[in-house]
Amino acid sequence: MSLLKVFDVAGSGLAAQSMRLNTTASNLANADSVAGDASKVYRARQPVFAAALREFSADGASDDAAVGVRVLGIVESQAPVTRRYEPGNPLADAEGYVWASNVNTVEALADMISASRTFQSNVEVINTSRDLLLKTITMGR
Amino acid sequence: MRMLDDIFGIHESALKLRGERVGVLAANLANADTPNYKARDLDFAAVLAGEQGAMSLGLVTTSAGHLGAIGAGAAGGDLKYRIPFQPSLDGNTVEVPMEQAAFAENAVRYQASLMFINRKIASIETAITGN
Repeated sequence: MSLLKVFDVAGSGLAAQSMRLNTTASNLANADSVAGDASKVYRARQPVFAAALREFSADGASDDAAVGVRVLGIVESQAPVTRRYEPGNPLADAEGYVWASNVNTVEALADMISASRTFQSNVEVINTSRDLLLKTITMGR
Repeated sequence: MRMLDDIFGIHESALKLRGERVGVLAANLANADTPNYKARDLDFAAVLAGEQGAMSLGLVTTSAGHLGAIGAGAAGGDLKYRIPFQPSLDGNTVEVPMEQAAFAENAVRYQASLMFINRKIASIETAITGN
């Protein structure tokens, strides 16, 4: 029954997008974080998505149609971190510099909008499929 | 009872295919942000024609124990890749508004098939009970 697999597929989409919303929230929260060392400073992170091929076919049938999403991992941005002169900051190093995170706020906000749109369309898919299934099980009444 | 086999006619296969297509379109929407994912869809008319052909021709069986080919269903081979209007740089070809429109259309047609089947059941019931 293909309609039941829709819940797995759309559910995996919801999980992936909420992971993305989580990293976006973390990026925005740490947009102004500083550290006294370039290796310790917060770097923008984002999830890597991949299609989960053949993950939902427990019986090994040809179920290529229902492809969910899987989060392969979280990667940190390789953008350069900036050095600021802030001798008053308690985190500043011996020369008075702090390292600021490389979060791009505009990028993070755009990412958030994209994630919430995709989340919404997955919710819509689940609602519609549920209605169709409910109508199907009352067939003939 | 030959009549009972094709009570629902085309609507039986149509309902099954619409159900499969819901899954395909849901997969497209779930992978809207997956790099290198290629959007797919069922060529509905072609698959349905194939199903109908299988139904009317059937499979020659020489023994009562042989299984027919009816209801083989849409295999993964019937899935076709969408041609994107505007492919994105990360290799993803899902166009969310198009997929949403297709999903809505498919849901309406699914309900239409379901309604035809329900009406058919009601009329058969009337015929059986005679009132």
